[in-house]
Amino acid sequence: MFDKDELQKIAKEQKVYEASVEKVIAKRPERKESFTTLGGLPLKRTYTPVDIEEIDYSSEIGFPGEYPFTRGVQPTMYRGRFWTMRQYAGFATAEDSNRRYRYLLSQGTTGLSVAFDLPTQIGYDSDDPMAIGECGKVGVAIDSLADVEMLFDKIPLNKVSTSMTINSPAVILLAMYIAVAEKQGVPMSALSGTIQNDILKEYIARGTYIFPPRPSMRLVTDIFEFCSDNIPKWNSISISGYHIREAGSTAVQEVAFTLADGIAYIEAAIKSGQDPNIFGKRLSFFFNAHNDFLEEVAKYRAARKVWATIMKDRFGVTNKSAQTLRFHTQTAGCTLTAQQAENNIVRTAIQTMAAVCGGTQSLHTNSLDEALALPSDKAVQIALRTQQIVAYESGLTNVVDPFAGSYVIESLTKQIEYEVWKYIKTIDSLGGMMTAIEKGYPQREIQNAAYDYQKSIESEETIIVGVNKYYVDEDMSERQLLKVNEQVGVNQIKKLHLMKENRDNLRVKETLDAIRMSAQGDANLMPVILDAVRCYTTEGEICGVLREVFGEYKENVVL
Amino acid sequence: MDRKIRVVIAKPGLDGHDRGAKIIARAFRDAGMEVIYTGLRQTPEKIVATAIQEDADAIGISILSGAHEHCFKTIIDLLKEKEAEDIIVFGGGVIPESDYKMLEDYGTKSIFGPGTPTTVTIEWLKKAVAEKRSKESAI
Repeated sequence: MFDKDELQKIAKEQKVYEASVEKVIAKRPERKESFTTLGGLPLKRTYTPVDIEEIDYSSEIGFPGEYPFTRGVQPTMYRGRFWTMRQYAGFATAEDSNRRYRYLLSQGTTGLSVAFDLPTQIGYDSDDPMAIGECGKVGVAIDSLADVEMLFDKIPLNKVSTSMTINSPAVILLAMYIAVAEKQGVPMSALSGTIQNDILKEYIARGTYIFPPRPSMRLVTDIFEFCSDNIPKWNSISISGYHIREAGSTAVQEVAFTLADGIAYIEAAIKSGQDPNIFGKRLSFFFNAHNDFLEEVAKYRAARKVWATIMKDRFGVTNKSAQTLRFHTQTAGCTLTAQQAENNIVRTAIQTMAAVCGGTQSLHTNSLDEALALPSDKAVQIALRTQQIVAYESGLTNVVDPFAGSYVIESLTKQIEYEVWKYIKTIDSLGGMMTAIEKGYPQREIQNAAYDYQKSIESEETIIVGVNKYYVDEDMSERQLLKVNEQVGVNQIKKLHLMKENRDNLRVKETLDAIRMSAQGDANLMPVILDAVRCYTTEGEICGVLREVFGEYKENVVL
Repeated sequence: MDRKIRVVIAKPGLDGHDRGAKIIARAFRDAGMEVIYTGLRQTPEKIVATAIQEDADAIGISILSGAHEHCFKTIIDLLKEKEAEDIIVFGGGVIPESDYKMLEDYGTKSIFGPGTPTTVTIEWLKKAVAEKRSKESAI
């Protein structure tokens, strides 16, 4: 990137500098013997042009909106418009969540993000014995179309984009969303949003799987195909590193395992006869924003570059938009502390800046009280304001990719890229991500990283302010936290039973039979499931049939 | 008296957040205990059956979904029903401090919130098991 003579001169001067540093250190040692990123990548004291001399600007960094998209997926980025401020929310009943969504929209969020409760995520109706105690706890309880109608009441689905965190039963919830839009008079083609639909990371890190990997992959690719044909503005998957990072991975592992999952999806879709130039345009990603600012900014840049290379070189994708890695970010829930919870506002602000400097397309900021419970209204408002302050006041949004050219950022970007490729090669040599998961490989790598991190906190090598340093005694028992009442489950079950009495149960049975037939064959499941949800067949009933046909996944416990 | 401490680490309910459970399981193991980790989505019945079958000294419950009241209470009820209430029940996860007392009054011996060093939990469990065993040998 620099003139050869100039580089030699700098290298010479650097030697002089290093010599003088030795003298300083002899008198006043540095804080640590060696410095690394949070993920353990070695950090030098000072970076200079010499550290990035190997990088070719045009082919490796380039311009925003141009291959390999290191600098961002659009030419103007936030000078055009800000990222989508999308707060993940949902709790209790559809009525309660609908109220929270309308509050968030009134406060300036620009997209919705639905959190479902665990029974919904695992395909149980609220009256299932497995659902006891869980109804409405970590998200909204959805049993049938009736709940989804209430969830989006008075929210125009042609104007709002919606993200839904649903994986194993994604096909059912997407069908319900389409059916509600129909009732609002909005055709599928006008819908925009994202369905998470990323089953592989459920086996690796998040745990809300239902079926074994192979039929699950079929559901994923059925959604790809249906979206390509019918909902052109819909992101058919959100390939997620967020949960991998929350489970304790390093930044490198987060990117590597996510992109390796991506490769597995592309291979499966190609195998089912789809064209990556088409479905590739609607793949989206989801990353974590953790504490190490420099490493995070470099991480997003490296992820974009590696993905573009995979799409172009491995899959021969020529469509520019199918080469781009567009991503949502959430600040790191695992960095929030229960101790002196107000400090979490600051952590989230720094993480927000990292996500923005890394070029995210949308962002969720965590609330200060989330190490303790679901967030209160006030806490959610502060979290959203944090994004708005970074957007409007910080100045970071006025220049595209502001850290490009920083010796350390470019150097770290390159280093992360290198480490990510190493993991991808290892996974390829294991036979691809599905086999690697069956062998417990990514799970073990993540657990080792998580355990090392915990030990580094306990040895105080890693400092968490307010936890292992600057601790104060606080009485937290009086803190105002959002609590979901047990009555929510009782009411939801009543509502479900009443709905079942009033629907056409003969028609319901027919639709379930049709689903069983389709599942046993290999036709796309989306159309029959859409028919079923329209006549209020419940999620639990549909998943029940699919469980019969596909079986259930048994966890391969890795410790 | 040299018998190793046997502890079941359990993930009841539907929540898949097992980072904490796996870390504490490994820390107990590194501290010389015998650890049985149940894996995800275990019903209270299965957890109690495992603990009895494995002759465990304690059950450590990890839960982050907010369903802690139901899970802790059902496990404690089942232990009583099976006359195994000598098994120590403790836990951790995302549990508001305002719920600690309710869970402890019901028979939970201790709750360890986010940020607790594993060494604190290890020392506590060693002591609790020693007390339990000395009571048993006194009978």
